[in-house]
Amino acid sequence: MKRVYVNEKWCLACHLCEYYCAFASTGEKDMARALKNVKIRPRIRVEELGGISFAVSCRHCDDPLCVKGCITGALTRVDGVIMIDSDRCIGCYTCILCCPFGAVSPTEHGAVQKCELCIRTTAGTPQCVQGCPNGTIVFEERGE
Amino acid sequence: MKKEVSSLKYVIIGNSAAAVGAVEAIRRNDSKGRIVIIGSEKYHVYSRPLISYLLMGKTDEERMKYRNNDFYRNNKCEVRLNTTAVKIDAEKKIVHLDNGDCETYDKLLVATGSSPFIPPVPGLEKVEDKFTFTTLDDAKALGEKVKENTRVLIVGAGLIGLKCAEAISKRKAEIVCVDLSTRVLSSILDEEGSEIIKRHLESNGIMFCLGRQVKEFGKGWALLDDDTGILFDVLVLAVGVRPNISLLKDAGAKTNRGILIDERCRTSIPDIYAAGDCCESMDISSGETKVMALLPNAYMQGECAGMNMSGVDFRFEKAIPMNAIGLLGKHIISAGTYKGDTYIESDGSNYKKLFYSDNRLNGYILIGNIEKAGIYTSLIRERTPLDSLDFELICKMPGLMAFSRETRAEKLGGIRNELVRA
Repeated sequence: MKRVYVNEKWCLACHLCEYYCAFASTGEKDMARALKNVKIRPRIRVEELGGISFAVSCRHCDDPLCVKGCITGALTRVDGVIMIDSDRCIGCYTCILCCPFGAVSPTEHGAVQKCELCIRTTAGTPQCVQGCPNGTIVFEERGE
Repeated sequence: MKKEVSSLKYVIIGNSAAAVGAVEAIRRNDSKGRIVIIGSEKYHVYSRPLISYLLMGKTDEERMKYRNNDFYRNNKCEVRLNTTAVKIDAEKKIVHLDNGDCETYDKLLVATGSSPFIPPVPGLEKVEDKFTFTTLDDAKALGEKVKENTRVLIVGAGLIGLKCAEAISKRKAEIVCVDLSTRVLSSILDEEGSEIIKRHLESNGIMFCLGRQVKEFGKGWALLDDDTGILFDVLVLAVGVRPNISLLKDAGAKTNRGILIDERCRTSIPDIYAAGDCCESMDISSGETKVMALLPNAYMQGECAGMNMSGVDFRFEKAIPMNAIGLLGKHIISAGTYKGDTYIESDGSNYKKLFYSDNRLNGYILIGNIEKAGIYTSLIRERTPLDSLDFELICKMPGLMAFSRETRAEKLGGIRNELVRA
């Protein structure tokens, strides 16, 4: 299955992936207008320290602890992609307790959020990959 | 390694998280075998922890279903609801039911959960509106009785008692919470954490009488052991739950507080498995065998049982106590065992405490800022040697930054170590 992979050697810490991610879920056409004065809550997050940086998003694990731990059934694995049903999620954060990558995060609305590989966005393919200027973030099939 | 099994009959006693885990696992390996689910309650499988959210109005009966309406049909399960198993004949491999019927089995899973413990307090029988709080029917019945200004006495300031308090505080009820322990959530928090949560709940109008127990009940009143009297309209008993072990104990299986199972979720009786809140299992963060009544473990034990029942060797050996709970906007995540040296950050509202010894993280408590908590959980679950990462950094900031470059390449790049080094 195709997943988002990151090579930290090439990461510029530009955080564009975070902006493209946040933009993708707005459904707007113009990024500047959509994100101006907005505190973005991207599903992909750049970790940065002492010259090292890399982006982290859901790994879409084959053995997803978040799905197994989810107390509501809001998290499911559909064709390999871990999806969140925000209507069912009640924000207990058991998935945040379970995820070994820190890839599930709270939102203002109560339900959690996570990368769904842009399946539900208008773009349809991961926009962090699209927006990465250095080819650091890729969407491909690897060694399975 | 899949063994061809096609004509087996699987019987599952219980209709909650462990049962679902088992069904989903069995169907991965065996699409043909019969699966019979026996459930005491009349409902489609629902998420038990959501009853407090139902009472609060944050979910409804439809959305609190743990799996979709087509779950049983899609997994070809024969479901016998409103039916209780009363006896297991392990010799003949028959489960007897309360309606006089019986079910034969080839593989049996006992996932009977736990029941609320009712403390033997004099006068309890005189209390008219008394409830426990573990089932959908409990939540519905309690919801009928609690209105604005209803005076509610909750006995027990643990997870169940406080989730109940949170739910009914939204109805502007008057709540007093009594607990024998001097602290709230004493099973998952340390002293300082308990204090933060207690203050938070008090500021939301919930009152506490801690270090106290009820010595006598009357019609609409309770007398505490320090002779304080409390008047109430509704009583909720939330002093704890006990694993439902009698079916298997009577059948001759080894039990302690809970049913004893191995890492394949097998009981001491051949072809009988057990999973979920009715079991005891090994907590790898402490090395002790204990009841860890929590939904993620129930699902994973059910899954493990289901795999083995359907002929695939599978072990679940990474169980640890862990909890995520929100109370009136304040979130708590905790896991593992609270022993060893500590790392503490506290500003009176946000709180972090890590416990470590012998190069391993044993446990942690986070209150307030809970982001990326799972990174700590994974250090406990995987027993990660702390000298293999930047422990000082990860204490301050849970993140992948604290791991080695090779580990990160593996986690984020799907690349094996030798390829990174090459």
